[in-house]
Amino acid sequence: MQNIHLRSALLSLVILTMFLGIWELANQPPKAKQAMTEYEILMGGSEPQARVPNPSEIGKLAIEELSHPFYDKGPNDKGIGLQLLYSLKRVLSGYLLAALVAIPVGFLIGMSPLMHKALDPFIQVLKPISPLAWMPLALFILKDSEISSVFVIFICSIWPMLINTAFGVSSVKKDYINVARTHELGSLRTAFLVILLAAAPTILTGMRISIGIAWLVIVAAEMLVGGTGVGYYVWNEWNNLDLTAVVFSILMIGVVGMVLDLLLARATKLVQYVE
Amino acid sequence: MSQYFLNAQGLTKSFPASGGGEPLTVFDNINFGVNESEFVCIIGHSGCGKSTILNILAGLDQATGGTVLMDNREVSGPSLDRGVVFQNYSLLPWISTLKNITFAVKSRHPTWTKQQVLDHSMKYIEMVGLKGAEQRKPSQLSGGMRQRVSIARAFAIEPKLLLLDEPFGALDALTRGMIQEELIKIWSQSTQTVFMITHDVDEAILLSDRILLMTNGPYAQIAESVVIDIPRPRNRTDIIHHPHYYTIRNHIVEFLVKRSKELANPETRTVDAPIVTGLRYPPEVNPATGSVQENTYPLTGKEDAA
Repeated sequence: MQNIHLRSALLSLVILTMFLGIWELANQPPKAKQAMTEYEILMGGSEPQARVPNPSEIGKLAIEELSHPFYDKGPNDKGIGLQLLYSLKRVLSGYLLAALVAIPVGFLIGMSPLMHKALDPFIQVLKPISPLAWMPLALFILKDSEISSVFVIFICSIWPMLINTAFGVSSVKKDYINVARTHELGSLRTAFLVILLAAAPTILTGMRISIGIAWLVIVAAEMLVGGTGVGYYVWNEWNNLDLTAVVFSILMIGVVGMVLDLLLARATKLVQYVE
Repeated sequence: MSQYFLNAQGLTKSFPASGGGEPLTVFDNINFGVNESEFVCIIGHSGCGKSTILNILAGLDQATGGTVLMDNREVSGPSLDRGVVFQNYSLLPWISTLKNITFAVKSRHPTWTKQQVLDHSMKYIEMVGLKGAEQRKPSQLSGGMRQRVSIARAFAIEPKLLLLDEPFGALDALTRGMIQEELIKIWSQSTQTVFMITHDVDEAILLSDRILLMTNGPYAQIAESVVIDIPRPRNRTDIIHHPHYYTIRNHIVEFLVKRSKELANPETRTVDAPIVTGLRYPPEVNPATGSVQENTYPLTGKEDAA
């Protein structure tokens, strides 16, 4: 039991090796023909069809890309690190703006049954709209693709935070409020010292869901608006028919998403309490 | 005005019926007083509105009718003058034991320095025997320890009135006994006025100067006020040998088993509840001196039976 970490890590490694091994072996290029036709020579090789790249090819590209991730050789040739930074910047600005709106409004909704009832229909209608559906309207009104993609992130990350904050605040135990009341805490101190801290784990859970959604949406948004960012990078490499780079960037999107989730999980743990 | 420190006058609480029918009146025309430095327990069956009365005294709930006066001033909301210990401890689980207490002390004395707040808080932590555990979170404490923290928090703000809502209800019998004795010890060193709800007759006799007995709801009333004349200091082992102990105990148990129901019967119920034995309520006021004439419990001839 004490070495379950070790055993699970070993098992993960075995699964990964098997998966990559089968992929590598089953995906060999067809044997080169004795003589290539002139057409084949013109097309640059013996492969009649494009193949999904092998793990070894992806690994080679990954080492190459990650050894200088921040190079910038013009609009269509930027390092993966740089592209990820563009995406992160958009995600974080949209996400933080959403938090600035969602947490106070969620607090209000959680505290006031009247506001809850009044705002609920709007939330219920707006929440299921795919964030990308806002894109045309955002582009028309904001007239800037950069701000529009930030807006799309804003609109997709606002709902989980809003709903979780409202839920967390409204389900703060009456006992804690009574403690605040019997100690004559003012409304501001009650809000910050008692309600906010009591609801913090629920709020942070909402923020964790939101960052996940924002990272999902940014890729699609950047494919639409283009220019920079990891979503654009994926689409650009697809247009270049560079599938190795496509698979590599898919992996990078996963790694960055995992890191974002881990950070929020850490933050949630900090405010978590046991009753 | 009244010579009582705390005075509940004509308290009534009714809840609107869910179907729009006649509202449910839990208790009706409750009158009682508590003297300064007195320890008063209230006993009654579930549903008679004891907790509601306590919440009204605390200012957390509002009566449908009647008023509560403390120090001849009306209670209109929660105040640091009235400390509350809740049954489920109500400690803030995200901060340490010490911070749960300093938070209360800071609210009471906003002008104190950090060191003053800390010294005062530590004094009360030591008083309940939790020195060494002050950095632990409430979740890392046992039920008994949590209730000690809650008691320390209430005593630390030195309220004029301490309200205890079944503070030992969730504890096992052994722990309960220990904390009861600690509570008497702390209380006897202070001049704290205490109003406490309990279900436990022995606990009430051990702790209180006087026990209020409530009839069953709806339309619950305070039927009797029983003076506990067993001398202090009391402890659990010696108190049961006192000649009055079982007389008082039997009287209260008999009330809870039989008369709390009979008196609640709408046909036999009168506003001025008939008192079979014990102390007449409301207490008789001597018109000459204005002092409250509280008869002691009639004991003659009953000691041997016990």
